[in-house]
Formats: sequence, structure tokens, C-alpha cells
Amino acid sequence: MADFLINSVGLPPWLAWTVVAGVAAFLILNVIAGGALVFIWAERKIAARIQDRLGPTRTGGRFGWLQSLADGIKLLAKEDLMPEGADELLFKIAPYVSFCASFCAFIALPFAFDFVGQRLNVGVFFVVAVLGLEVFGVILAGYASASKWSLFGAMREAAQVVSYEVPLGMCVVVPVMLAGTMDLVTIAEKQAGWFTNWYLFHDPFTFVVFWVYVTCAVASVNRAPFDLAEAESELVAGFHTEYSGLRWSFFFMAEYGSMFLVSALAAVLFLGGWNGPIPVAELLGLSAGTGDTAHYFVRLVGCGNLLLKATLGVLVMMWVRWTLPRLRIDQVMTTCLKYCTPIAAVMFAGAMLWQLFLPGGVVPGIARPAGEIREGWLEGPGGAATRGVAAPVDKTVAQVGP
Amino acid sequence: MTGSESMTGLSGCLLLAAINFHTLLFYLFATLACGFAVGVVLADNVVRMALYLVLSLGATAGLFFLAGAEFVGAMQLMIYVGGTLVLLVFGVMLTAQAPFVSLQTSSGDRALAGIVAASLLALLLQAAVSVEVWRRPGLGEVAPPAATPIGTALVGLRVDEPPPASPSGVRSGYLLPFEIVSVHLLVVLVGAAYLARAKRRKTPRAIEVAASAGSVELAVEPRRRTGGATSALTAGGAR
Repeated sequence: MADFLINSVGLPPWLAWTVVAGVAAFLILNVIAGGALVFIWAERKIAARIQDRLGPTRTGGRFGWLQSLADGIKLLAKEDLMPEGADELLFKIAPYVSFCASFCAFIALPFAFDFVGQRLNVGVFFVVAVLGLEVFGVILAGYASASKWSLFGAMREAAQVVSYEVPLGMCVVVPVMLAGTMDLVTIAEKQAGWFTNWYLFHDPFTFVVFWVYVTCAVASVNRAPFDLAEAESELVAGFHTEYSGLRWSFFFMAEYGSMFLVSALAAVLFLGGWNGPIPVAELLGLSAGTGDTAHYFVRLVGCGNLLLKATLGVLVMMWVRWTLPRLRIDQVMTTCLKYCTPIAAVMFAGAMLWQLFLPGGVVPGIARPAGEIREGWLEGPGGAATRGVAAPVDKTVAQVGP
Repeated sequence: MTGSESMTGLSGCLLLAAINFHTLLFYLFATLACGFAVGVVLADNVVRMALYLVLSLGATAGLFFLAGAEFVGAMQLMIYVGGTLVLLVFGVMLTAQAPFVSLQTSSGDRALAGIVAASLLALLLQAAVSVEVWRRPGLGEVAPPAATPIGTALVGLRVDEPPPASPSGVRSGYLLPFEIVSVHLLVVLVGAAYLARAKRRKTPRAIEVAASAGSVELAVEPRRRTGGATSALTAGGAR
């Protein structure tokens, strides 16, 4: 797109890159904000259905589909309160820290083959690293509120997120090992074809690892049954007790953004990314050639695939939230340290051995070997440089540079 | 820069921006990193210091991303911004007698710290300026950055450089320094856990509370107090 702007429209490179960055940032922001609107409405309806109620029915005609917008207007009109004795700067900055962390992680998330804000060759690592920063906003909010409920919530959140990053990292390493790269685009590409190529079905160990990942992801985005930081019934809403209005809604945008992000990451790592269960485009012969209309149509469908998978993941999280009771803090720690971490470690070793001894799968012909391609590690200095993974990034650096 | 000539209507100011776009971002991130670093020194509240440190280290990560070293940048975010600072906040919260005491440095400490920092800065500046290669322009366009050489070098195999004519034929990577750093970190963690653990001996206050609550509380109390960091959190709620 930047090349198109530079060569065809005639913009100077710096303006072209700024425009491209602006468009990407705008799209990602709308994925988060629009997603939050839809998900909050869906959460209300799902919660109501699970509890044998109707949920919102009147706002915006049928099904109450304008309820989120009405909520947003209410939040805009609310008074922005700050408790006496609060640390003013930290209190004001905390929601933005949370939201920025959630937003930044979307930069490296691919929506389809080249629908990605910035393709990084360490994409998985970047997403996990940035996602961990969200906790800092929560800690700041809990401390700055000058309320003991908020502080307890922040402490619990810190303990929980720091602990769950360990098994989460171990689960994420398994697809990285199978694909031989940390580039999210390449990981998803290697799962192209029939759904048997998805890493979820690669071997029994990855199948188990996926569910450990789901548990850790729910815990790391602070959702029920792991929502101890905002336990309404015991901590009076925890870290955001003292927040109201738009600042409060920033925390929720961050939460729904993170939910969507971990679901999309699960889709890319385990569920084939933007590849559908049946390779329709490949069967129709559409995936050949680049730049034509059919090709872009395939990309759009792939983007829809990924959004659908991520949305399904978010819906599962809602289902879990309204089904399971909240865990105590010691149960949360037990789940992490005594169950998730050892299971993830054993499954990691198992997947490694499977890869070593049964690289072709048990049933030849159905499961194609997905991990046979390595990056040319030992070819010498040219091996890593010529493999083309880092090419778009390099172009950015070279063209932006003076 | 070919496109900028076609835009004849642009003022010189925009042309300047076109030339210095990369440099501009570099100076922006560098200023942020230095400014927040000064903020860490000047602030007297522990949590504010932590916030400024996060922002300073985050700006440094931005510098790494700007240089095209995504792996180092993500490492910076993961280890320094994410891990260490959460641990720092934890340590502050668990060890401080009164929570969030303001730190007051004596003037003697200030002078000592100033001397140490100034001499270190002088040494680093001298070292940075004396390296001839670093003053050459266009250094960033030499090689495409990739994470694989760093990763393999960390497990003891250098693929980025041809092996020298050593007897073994392979060039050892960074495995030994990596292991030494790991053991150091382990020692630090054990020490931090020792410092932050719940105290075993009973304070007069605890005995008083236990006596007023009856014998059941007395039976529960010791188990709760020896439970480590997790139960220290829950015990803090009960106190």
C-alpha cells in the first residue's frame, strides 16, 4: 500500500508511510472499539439467556441491539469523579496505560496474509510481551485510587497475571516449535489446507496444550472464573471501584480488546489462522497469482475467517464466565502452579518427541507434516538473511530512513 | 526521496521533516527515555518512580524497534517493562513497613550517587565516541535483522559469523554467560523470597487478636502465617 502511494499517487515516502500507519491504526482502533460495542451487547444477551432472562429487548427495536450505544452515551454523560487523597496523575493515566497495551499488541496480529499492521519476525513474542503490560495499568489504578478494595484487587491481579504468564508462554512455544518460527504470518500459513493441518489436530499433545492455553488466556485477561481483581461481591469491583464514566469504560475497552486478542492469537496459533476448515479457494484455484481482484477477495474471506474464529473464542469466554463460579485466590494459584504449568511442560516435551519420532503423523495421507521446514539455520550467514521473513520490515526501515 | 521533488508546493519545513523523519522519531524516543529517567531520580514516591521507569524503558524499546531489532525490543518489553517492574511493585508492596513510604535521600547519598553516575557517564561517553565504526553513517542498512542467530547463539552455536580457525572448528556462543546470568537471577529470586516471606514470630498484636477470637483462631493462625506469598495476600485482607 505504501509502495502504491509512493509510485502511483506520488506522495513523498514519509507522508506515504504516515498515511499507511494512520490507516492501520484507525482500522485496529475500530476493531477494538466496534468489537467492544458488539461484545458488550452479546455479553448481556448471553448472560440473560444463561440465567433464563431476556436481557435488553427495547433499545433500538428488536433484540436491544442499540444497548451498547446507549450505555456509551450514558458513560459519556457521567461525572468524572476522583476520590480525595488519590494520586491524581497516576489515577488519570492508568486507564490509558491499560488501553495502550491492549492496542499495541494488535499491531503484530495478522488478520489475513498481508492484512497485518506491522509484520514482525518475532510476532508471537511481541504480542505476549505487550499483553503482559496491561497489568501495569491495573496496578497503577489500584494504587492511585487510595482505596483498600482497589489495592487488594490490584495485588491479586498482579499475582495472577505474573503467575499465569509462565504456563501461557509454554503453551505458545509449542506452535512456535512446530512451525520453526515466531512469525505469526508464517505460523498461520503453515496450517493452510484441510483442517487436519491445524496445529490443534497435529498430535494429541498439541490438542491438550490448546485447552491449557485457553485456561491461561482466560486467566491472563482477567475474566471469570479468574476475575479476582474485580470481584464485585467481595471487593466492591476491585481495581476500578473508584472509576466512573469514560475512564472506567477505557478499562473495559482494554478488557474486551484483550479478550479478542487472545482469541485471535489462539486462532492463529492452533486453529489455522485465516485458513478455513476446507480449502475452498485452493479447490477453486483462486489462490494463484497476486494483486488481482480474486486474490483480494480470498484475503477478505480469510480476514472474515479469523474474525469469526476470534469471535467464537470470545463467546466461549462469556459462556464460561456465566457458567463457572469464581475461584478463590489460592485455588487460582493452585490451578496455575500445580496443574497448568506441569501439564504444559509435559505436553511441550511430548510434542517435541512426537515431532522427533513421528513427524509424518500416525495416518499417512491425512496429516501432512507441518513442521518439516526449518529456516535454514546452519547454512551459514546467508541462510537467515535470504529466507524473506524479515523482508517487509526491512523495507520499512530502509525507506523511512534518511 | 524521489517523491518529495514532485511535491513542489511543499514548504522547506516539510522537506526538512521528510529528510529527518527517522531521526525525528529517534530524537523523540531518546528524549522520552532520558526525560523519564531523570523523572525516576527526581520522584520521591516509589510507585511514581516505577511508572517513570516503565515509560523510560518502554521508550528504549521503541528505539530498538526503530532500529529494526524487534527481538531485542520485545525482549526489553518482556523482561524489563513487564517482568521486572511487576516484581518491583510486588517487592515494594510486600517489604515496605508502611505501604508506599516516600523515599528521602540524604545529601551525602546524593553527592555520592552524583559522583558515581557522572564518572560512569564519562566512561560510557568516552567509550562510545572512541569506536570508529559507530560514527560511520548508514550503519542500519548493513544486514537484515533476524532473531535466529541470537537464539542459536544463546544455546551455544554461532551461525552469524564464520567459524575461526580454532582447533574445535566451531565458535562457541553465549551459553556460558547466559547460564551465569541465569544462576545470578535465581540467587536474586531466592533472596527476594527470603526477604519478602511472612515473619514466623508472633507480634503482640497477632496474639491479642488470636486471644480475642478464641482457640479456633489460634489453631488456624500458624498455618496461615507460613503459607508464603499467596497466603500473605489473603492474610493481608484479614488483618
